Amino acid sequence: MEIALVLGVPLAGALLLALFGHRRWAPEANAVMSLGTLVAAALLTARVIADGPFAAFDEQFFVDPFNVFLVALTAFVAFTTTLFSRPYMRTEEHHKRLNSARLRLYHSMYQLFTFTMLLTLLSNNVGMLWVAMEGATLTTVLLVSLYRTPASLEAAWKYFILCSVGIAQALFGTILLYFAAEKVLGAGGNALLWTHLYQVRSDLEPTVLSLAFVFMLVGYGTKVGLAPLHNWLPDAHAEGPTPISAVLSGLLLNVALYAVVRSKVLVDGALERNFSGGLMMGFGLLSVVVAAFFLSRQKDIKRMFAYSSIEHMGIMTFAFGMGGPVAAFAGLLHMTVHSLTKSAIFFTVGHASQACGTQDMGAIRGLIQQSPTIGWGLALGSLAILGMPPFGVFTSEFMVLTTAMREHPWATPFLLVALGVAFAAIFGKVQPMVFGETTAQRLPHPPALVPVFVHLAIVLMLGLYIPPYLVDWYRQAAAFIG
Amino acid sequence: MSEPLSSQFVNLLAALLLLLAFAMLSQRRVLTLIKLLAWQGAALAASTAIVAYATGQMHLYFSAGLTLVLKVILIPWVLHRLIDRLYIRWDVETLINIPTTMLTGIGLAIFAFSLATPISQMASTITRSTLGIALATVLLSFLMMIVRRKAVPQVIGFLAMENGLFFAATSATYGMPLVVELGVALDVLVGTFIFGIFFFHIREQFDSLDIRHMEKLRED
Repeated sequence: MEIALVLGVPLAGALLLALFGHRRWAPEANAVMSLGTLVAAALLTARVIADGPFAAFDEQFFVDPFNVFLVALTAFVAFTTTLFSRPYMRTEEHHKRLNSARLRLYHSMYQLFTFTMLLTLLSNNVGMLWVAMEGATLTTVLLVSLYRTPASLEAAWKYFILCSVGIAQALFGTILLYFAAEKVLGAGGNALLWTHLYQVRSDLEPTVLSLAFVFMLVGYGTKVGLAPLHNWLPDAHAEGPTPISAVLSGLLLNVALYAVVRSKVLVDGALERNFSGGLMMGFGLLSVVVAAFFLSRQKDIKRMFAYSSIEHMGIMTFAFGMGGPVAAFAGLLHMTVHSLTKSAIFFTVGHASQACGTQDMGAIRGLIQQSPTIGWGLALGSLAILGMPPFGVFTSEFMVLTTAMREHPWATPFLLVALGVAFAAIFGKVQPMVFGETTAQRLPHPPALVPVFVHLAIVLMLGLYIPPYLVDWYRQAAAFIG
Repeated sequence: MSEPLSSQFVNLLAALLLLLAFAMLSQRRVLTLIKLLAWQGAALAASTAIVAYATGQMHLYFSAGLTLVLKVILIPWVLHRLIDRLYIRWDVETLINIPTTMLTGIGLAIFAFSLATPISQMASTITRSTLGIALATVLLSFLMMIVRRKAVPQVIGFLAMENGLFFAATSATYGMPLVVELGVALDVLVGTFIFGIFFFHIREQFDSLDIRHMEKLRED
């Protein structure tokens, strides 16, 4: 019942806004529908806490500690992003960058995008998970090119082609998985149900599964933005409207990583040696290093934070690759804090680039004079994402690093150097943007900065104190990821 | 139909599928490319129908019908409409170095066969020997997407890749569960429409469908 609500509300929102998305009250309607989704997700979470994991609708959907926490996070960030999107999109309209028809497309697709992400998370059928993931690409591609500038069209085309090709590899992986599963579970719908696959995972044919995992890692990894398949990510983040950059970075990448981790759990059951872990550690480490060195060369503020997302997705992939309760716990925590911090940063970046009329970091100066809240939001957000204590990112990165030192000492220097380079690059660029003589103008619509500080407050809290029920939740999910 | 006969038919159609993939790789005319794509869809539908008949799997008939409607009729029709509206019906692309591309393609096909051999030996389906062909088709379409510089042929390459994947599903496993196949088909259809919308946007902005205009975003 709760699952139907979680999926039904955004779907209804998409239909409603497809009809009325150009009206004056559409941004508020968008926020109300997302609030509805958040309430539904909270009900679902409450039920899982009370009754434990369950499956529904002929076992096509299921909830366990791993996906329920991502559902709650997705619904929450999707809601706060709509709050940010209200003044942001109105200002864009005021600056004549968008017309009402485009806004209708934007609002409707935003809801549909939320729906596809939640469907990906809740689907028990590995095939449907693929379908929903491809759906998430399809709903966002027209949003990346929303401004119809040459650069945004190029970014959207690259995003579409690269992610479609990538995800086609994941479909091949899924076919191979079905091929292996069918021998054990018999033909038909059950052989793709994750809960069934999980029970028989040690009986699945190892050769087929390892090949399937390679295809799924490459496929879903393209969407995670793992190097060397990350090319689409900086372009799509920089050229699309900022609320979309926030949800792409904060949510979609997490959802794609979720798909990778789900596949990993199955493969680990079938294989004796740690084949999947090694691959994930390799891809993760490569992404961290590549992203760190690209960071210092960026001029566009959204591109820079997009590279920072690649870096952090690399850290999470590395953590899940190492495996074990501590690393998996750190990976889950990092998913949460990165999602909250990065979306908060994109909210301030959106307002900052509107106030200065550019995304070029050389032209953004002295934010703190014109609007102290935007300036402080950007400064604190950057410190949080750089892993400064006492923010939560520090906690998770510390856990990843200490586990790496103990279990894979060779990887530690790479991680430390990359984190240091990233720190120097981002800090050196954010500092002049925040302080100094201002170039910013007043915004026509008052910026929405409550979501920024709510996100940062939660990240700060997670750095100092994680509530016991949240710890339990992470522990259960981590135990099960292994 | 006896089993060896039907399996020979499937093998024949599989060979046709691979041949069409090679033909698309070297074809310069947009119009002919669409025709080749429709033929590939037809070969896929026919082979699925034969497997359905030979094994008595009802849902494969649905799958064959879906392929016929979607890949032989609907998508080629949409593409025809598109190239008419974009006035590129008679477009001829200049492809450099067709022989090298073909040789690379042969290399990819050999790689695909060697990768698929251990898996096909485990398969119990009548079509198991064709898994290598399916993988080769996927890789060849991938190659086509890389070497093409125009938007429409790139999309045709993507659709050919989807054909290869569907063929892999029938040849290795007698097809995925129906709900998944429907979902995939829906994604492909919506994707084709979005590509269509895109063509107009690109054309409006760049006055051409050449991807070379779209290589401005890069690291400097």
